[in-house]
Amino acid sequence: MPLSSPHLLGLQGVPAEDIKLILDSATTFREVLERPIKKVPTLQGKTIVNLFFENSTRTRLSFELAQKRLSADTINFTTASSSTKKGETFKDTVKNIEAMKIDMIVVRHESAGVPHYLTKITRANIINAGDGRHEHPTQALLDMYSIKEKLGRIEGLKVCIVGDIAHSRVALSNIHGLITMGAEVSVCGPATMIPVGIESLGVKVYNNINKAIEEHDVLNVLRIQLERKAGTTFPTLREYHNYYGITAERLNEYNKDILILHPGPINRGVELSSEVADGPYQIILNQVTNGVAIRMAVLYLLGTRP
Amino acid sequence: MNIKAKVIDEIGLQRTITRLAHEIIERNRGSENIVLVGMRTRGEFIARRIHAKIKDIDNSNPSLGVLDVTLYRDDFRTRLKQPEVSVTDISFDINEKDIVLIDDVLYTGRTVRAALDALMDLGRPSTIQFCVLVDRGHREMPIIADFVGKNIPTSINEEVKVKLKETDNEDAVYLVEILNNSEK
Repeated sequence: MPLSSPHLLGLQGVPAEDIKLILDSATTFREVLERPIKKVPTLQGKTIVNLFFENSTRTRLSFELAQKRLSADTINFTTASSSTKKGETFKDTVKNIEAMKIDMIVVRHESAGVPHYLTKITRANIINAGDGRHEHPTQALLDMYSIKEKLGRIEGLKVCIVGDIAHSRVALSNIHGLITMGAEVSVCGPATMIPVGIESLGVKVYNNINKAIEEHDVLNVLRIQLERKAGTTFPTLREYHNYYGITAERLNEYNKDILILHPGPINRGVELSSEVADGPYQIILNQVTNGVAIRMAVLYLLGTRP
Repeated sequence: MNIKAKVIDEIGLQRTITRLAHEIIERNRGSENIVLVGMRTRGEFIARRIHAKIKDIDNSNPSLGVLDVTLYRDDFRTRLKQPEVSVTDISFDINEKDIVLIDDVLYTGRTVRAALDALMDLGRPSTIQFCVLVDRGHREMPIIADFVGKNIPTSINEEVKVKLKETDNEDAVYLVEILNNSEK
C-alpha cells in the first residue's frame, strides 16, 4: 500500500497506517546504513532539489545523505548564494528550478505554509523540512522511530515535550504524530512558552518539570532558541536551567528509567546538563542515525509512489 | 484463477528438498565454505528447509541469511503497485564464501539479477550459486540455475504457485491458469 498523499507536508491529519508504513520501511533502510556499501540503486534517475531558505546543518546533511544512499541526483539551493538576493520572487525561483526537470523538492522556509504553496505551483513531490513554527514532520517521525526502537512501542506511552512549545515546529509535529499513534502527550515549560489553548490538541500541560519527569516514560527536550534571546519569554538562561533544565539529580530523584530525546543542537547547561546529554538516559545520537533512515523511507515511499 | 495441475505434493516436496541438499553438498565437496541465502518471501522458507537437511546429512551448520531485493528492482518506473520493503538479514561475512542463493520460482530472471546486485553490495563472495525449487522458463535475462528442483514448462498465461506450510498451510506446487491480467 502506498502512502495516501504524494507529499509530506506535516503530520496533522496523516493517518496512522501511513505513519506505520514509514516507520516500518525505515527499519529496512536502517539495515542498509549498517552495510559496508551504504547505497542502494532505488531512486536512480530521480532528481531531488533541497531548497533551504533557512539555516540548517543536521536536517540538510541528513536529507542529502539519504538521497545519495538511494542513488538519487541531488542539487542544493541555499538563499545565501541565490538569485532571490537579486530580487527574483519565490514563485519564479521555484518555477525556474522546476523547468530543469526535477522530481522532488525538500523545502525549509521561515514562513509556515510554504510547502503547501509549493504543491500548488509545481508538480514535484514536496517534503517539508521545517516551515516556520508550523511543522517538521521528518523530525517527529525519527523521534517516534527512536522511541519505538528503544521501548518497543509508541501506543500507550506517556511522552512529554519540554521547552519552548510556542516557537517549535518539532513540538507540533510530535504532538500530531504521537497522538495519532496512540501515545499520551503532554507539554511542559514556562507559561510564556506554552501556547494558549494547546489543550485543544489533546495534550496536558505541566508547569513543574519534576512532576513531568515523574509521570512520563519519555521526555522530548527541545532546544532553547538562543537566537530568539532570553528576556522575552524567560528572564535568564540560568533561571531557565534552574527551573526547567534536565539534570542527573532531577532524573535520579524523580524517574531513573525515563528516556530522553533531543532534536539537537544541544545548548549544554541550558535545557540539558552535560551529564544528561552524554548519559545513559539519552538516545540523541541514535536519533541522528535514525534520521537518515527515516528520510530514506520517506523519499523511497514518495519517490516510487505509483 | 484456474488450477490446472498439482505438480508437486507434500511428499514430493520433501524428496526434492532432500535431493537439492545432497546436490549442494556434492557440488561444493562438503558444506564447509557454503552459506545459504533465501530470497524473501518463500525462498526464505525453502532455504530453512534445505539448511535443516544439510545439517542432518553433513553434520554441519552453515550460516543462513535472508535477502530482500525490493530496493534493487528494475521496475520502479513501470509497475502499478508499490512493493513493500522488508529487511535483509545477513548477519555474517560473505567475503570468500560460496553463496547458495535460494528462491521458489525462476521465471524472467529479473529478481535474480537484483539479488546479484544486492549481494555485491554486501561483499565479495567466492562464488554465487543459484538454487530454485521450480524453473518455469521464459527468461528475459541470461541466467541459469545451478540446482533445480523441477523444470515445469509453462505458457505465458500460466503461473506456478508454490504453497508452503509456513505461509500457506500446505506443501504443494500448483500450475494455474491466469484468466485475466488483473489477477497477476
